[in-house]
Amino acid sequence: MAIESARHPTRDERVAYVGLLARLFQRPEIGSLVGVVAVFVLFTSTATGFAELDGFARWTDEASNIGIMAVPVALLMIGGEFDLSAGVMTGSAGLLLGYLVTHPDWNIWPAILVVLLFGMLVGLINGVLVMKTRLPSFIVTLGTFFSLEGLNLGLTSHVTGTVYISDVDAAHGYGLARTILGSSFWSPYDFQTRVIWWVGITLVATWVLMRTRFGNWIFAVGGDATAARNVGVPVLRTKIALFMTTSTMAALLGIMITMQLRSIQAGQGIGREFEFIIAAVVGGCLLTGGYGSAIGTSIGALIMGMATIGIPFSGWNSNYRSLFLGIILLLAVLLNAAIRQQAVRSRR
Amino acid sequence: MSERHLLEVERVSKYFGNVIALKDVSAHLNAGEVLCVLGDNGAGKSTLIKMLSGVFEPDEGRLIMDGEEVRLHSPREARGRGVATVYQDLAVVPLMSIWRNFFLGAEPTTGLPPARRFDIRFAKKEVRQHLLDMGIDIRDPDQPVGTLSGGERQGVAIARAVYFGARVLILDEPTSALGVKPAGVVLRNILQARNRGVGVIFITHNPHHAYPVGDRFVILNRGQSLGTYGRKEIDQQELVRLMAGGSELSELQHELQVLSAEIART
Repeated sequence: MAIESARHPTRDERVAYVGLLARLFQRPEIGSLVGVVAVFVLFTSTATGFAELDGFARWTDEASNIGIMAVPVALLMIGGEFDLSAGVMTGSAGLLLGYLVTHPDWNIWPAILVVLLFGMLVGLINGVLVMKTRLPSFIVTLGTFFSLEGLNLGLTSHVTGTVYISDVDAAHGYGLARTILGSSFWSPYDFQTRVIWWVGITLVATWVLMRTRFGNWIFAVGGDATAARNVGVPVLRTKIALFMTTSTMAALLGIMITMQLRSIQAGQGIGREFEFIIAAVVGGCLLTGGYGSAIGTSIGALIMGMATIGIPFSGWNSNYRSLFLGIILLLAVLLNAAIRQQAVRSRR
Repeated sequence: MSERHLLEVERVSKYFGNVIALKDVSAHLNAGEVLCVLGDNGAGKSTLIKMLSGVFEPDEGRLIMDGEEVRLHSPREARGRGVATVYQDLAVVPLMSIWRNFFLGAEPTTGLPPARRFDIRFAKKEVRQHLLDMGIDIRDPDQPVGTLSGGERQGVAIARAVYFGARVLILDEPTSALGVKPAGVVLRNILQARNRGVGVIFITHNPHHAYPVGDRFVILNRGQSLGTYGRKEIDQQELVRLMAGGSELSELQHELQVLSAEIART
């Protein structure tokens, strides 16, 4: 019979040309890897001190600020959804923390716990609204974005009469919390502890995505939710869990920022949601879901951190930062699309 | 009924409002046997599969599994009883690799929580071995399902259903969108499943695909059964003729002759 040939698991001629290089080029991270090398070389040649430990501490700080949120936003995007409220949520969390420790004079630890629970709640609301209404998450979370922005500004000025909450460092237990969440190490370079959190979050997210059942479900619900449901994947639960992770991480970042600065502005985080999405897309995540990487996303965040520091270090006007990010985004998307097409074609 | 079959439908009917979708259809299936359900569009094939896969219940008649009457209230319940349906849309995620798709929703795990993880080595090994056993030669279990051909994708979906212990495998038009060669591959997969003792229900409108693999044939026309035929009781031409509704086909042939004669004259 003709199936005889199939019985022998020898590698046939069709796999011969899928070599190591081709395999590397199938990884979603490849575009961001090329990008980070290019950006690093650029700023090393134009900015003094960029490649030294001083500079290193600065741009990893900026990168962690984006990366801690870009990673959960990437997981959500791989799961086929957006969260535009992720930026403003960092502000809401910081303001709630500031309020709890300055007005009812709470100890910092129960306040942190309440803020994290608040983050979970916002994520639950986002998730349930998206899944039950079947509206695009882009619109639903745009609604939560504006609602939270209004609450942040309105309630802050109602309570304090100003647009910020200060004196967070007067709270009980502040010292230890700051050491863990918002301080720096290795003087005189002063790397932020946040950088360690960022690396840890990236590693955990990668492990979950690539090595667990839940990771398999994330790819599936973003790739084809109907097919996933047909084979028994709990689509609703998976997506809601992703929304809750995203806004809980936003709460965590808000807490970290408040710890570091000792105060919090009512406008904190607004506009950052798009930076998280840029990092994810530069890192190889498909806007339509079902494809992407947490490590790539963190490399995307690193590129953005480098740009934020590299531009003023080079003596250029830092108003051009957005221009730079815009161009990086476009180049990365073009590169990723070309590589992906090439990878798919070479395997047929 | 003294004889026990793996699955049996007894005079089932289904109405949608005043439309009769299926009327008094009976058929049975044994393990290790291929039952072909043939019919044109609107003959009631889809209605019959949906009844068997638990999407809806018959209005009249009975479903019998292993000699016992059963009611399938949901697709989940049908799956629980070993009835697996492979639909035309296949329920695979194109961007995901073959091994990720194969175990989707039933991932094998290793380790204790919180370090419990997807047993990837086992999954890849199992997929490759099982697909080879089913006569499906994949290049690389890591390749995205989207890069497979339509026939290969069908093969993976069939192999998955067999792997997860399907006793009855329902295939809804698995060859209809395929060319000659890939359709042949799918027909071979059907025989592989049958040889493993699975009862296969093969729904198609193409008698040329049904005849080489079928043990028995049920022909539906406008919601009614035109009869069940064993492989020995019918030849391929008779099957084609019955399916097209006999007299209708000869009428069509006549019309075409007249038409081509007219074209020849001009």
